[in-house]
Amino acid sequence: MVVDALAILRKDIRVELRAREAVPAMALFTVTAFVLFHFGFDRDRLDGDVAAGTLWVTLLLATVLGVNRLYAAEREQGGLEAMLLAPIDRTAIFLAKAAALLLYLVALELVAVPAFGLLLLGPDLVGSLPELGALLLVADIGLAATGALVGALAAETRARELIGPLLLLPLVVPLAIAGAQATEPLFTAPGVAENLGRWLGLMGLYATIFVLLSVALFDFLLED
Amino acid sequence: MLEAPVAGVEPSAGGPSPAVELENLERRYGERLALEGVSARLGPGQTLAVLGANGAGKSTLLRVLATLLRPHGGTARILGASLPEEAIAVRGRVGYVGHEPLLYRELTGRENLRFHARLHRAGPERVEELLVATGMERRADEPVAELSQGMRQRVAVARTLLGDPPLLLLDEPRANLDPAAAELLEPLVGRASGRARVIVTHDLEAGLAESDLVLGLRAGRQVVYEPAGRADAPALARAVFS
Repeated sequence: MVVDALAILRKDIRVELRAREAVPAMALFTVTAFVLFHFGFDRDRLDGDVAAGTLWVTLLLATVLGVNRLYAAEREQGGLEAMLLAPIDRTAIFLAKAAALLLYLVALELVAVPAFGLLLLGPDLVGSLPELGALLLVADIGLAATGALVGALAAETRARELIGPLLLLPLVVPLAIAGAQATEPLFTAPGVAENLGRWLGLMGLYATIFVLLSVALFDFLLED
Repeated sequence: MLEAPVAGVEPSAGGPSPAVELENLERRYGERLALEGVSARLGPGQTLAVLGANGAGKSTLLRVLATLLRPHGGTARILGASLPEEAIAVRGRVGYVGHEPLLYRELTGRENLRFHARLHRAGPERVEELLVATGMERRADEPVAELSQGMRQRVAVARTLLGDPPLLLLDEPRANLDPAAAELLEPLVGRASGRARVIVTHDLEAGLAESDLVLGLRAGRQVVYEPAGRADAPALARAVFS
């Protein structure tokens, strides 16, 4: 199963590198949103809970774009159908899609976090980067599992661009709360983390639950 | 014309499992019956032509046989495995060529085939063998998006044969092919391939010429099932298309 998942992941990355549809769109959306927040708040700099909420909500909305594109080639070019004809465990498709979305999110954050620091954030970001990186990575695992599951479900519907966000956003509310709460002290001078272990644990629990749930449900979702 | 399920050329007793055995097969889309009362039996190496007008249920039947759709009634056994319970045993042993080539446009023909070869447990040598057999070896490194419809169809046929399936499900397999390409693919997907085949076609004469059995569908119902050699073409056309 892992070998099949790696083959599908390699194919997905190759398709994305050539089509350049998902990650550039997510990054452009994020930077544009930061610029809009900059003017919308009418403040040069943000800090504390406002800064944390702005970063997390923007990243979660950008995730919606990635989820919408995650199954685009499979849906539009029949790739999923061809994979369903192969003698593989369908969980491999889920694992590959979740891993692809995880990579998309990491790539997005490599652009989004520096852009946020430059455009909006008041306190210096450099000292908080290890804690912020850990929080984002654990959140990304949960988002990747949820997104791969929801994307598969939405891909089978006609109004997929609507169904995807409508299903995904309520499901990731716990990540938004935990992420924003954990990040607030990092974005408040002097930028010292509080209860980081607790928030990381909560996000890890979310990720574990959704990975297990997705593995259990994915095969069922692919049945017509 | 016979409406009851009969076998035109019976598989030998005690031999390998029939490629396809259907008994009162049903499939619905919501409340609408797309297939109803379809019964057929196809032996190894035999060919069944499925005839019908647009919307008769031909493609639905093929997708049920390919395990892409679940049957909603009756029984279906493919290569000895019951659907949908044993669908996993069927996948990889059935080659399906539908209306779309099921290829990634951004990848080259060779990349597409190598990807699917991994999933079908076939090696790179099988990919190269099929590229040569389909006459695509010189264009194999071009993105599929830049290939003509006919060339995509050839790569799609190569993809279908990666796992050397004993049963082929072909939906208008020559639709995008010029005569030369159709001739080139004949040993791979034609009667000479030795594989059992279910062919969906609108071309009544071609369907009769290359099949052992013919199954006619009309609005999802089976209206004809008989040996192709006994079929009366004008009567068949009236039953299926009028």
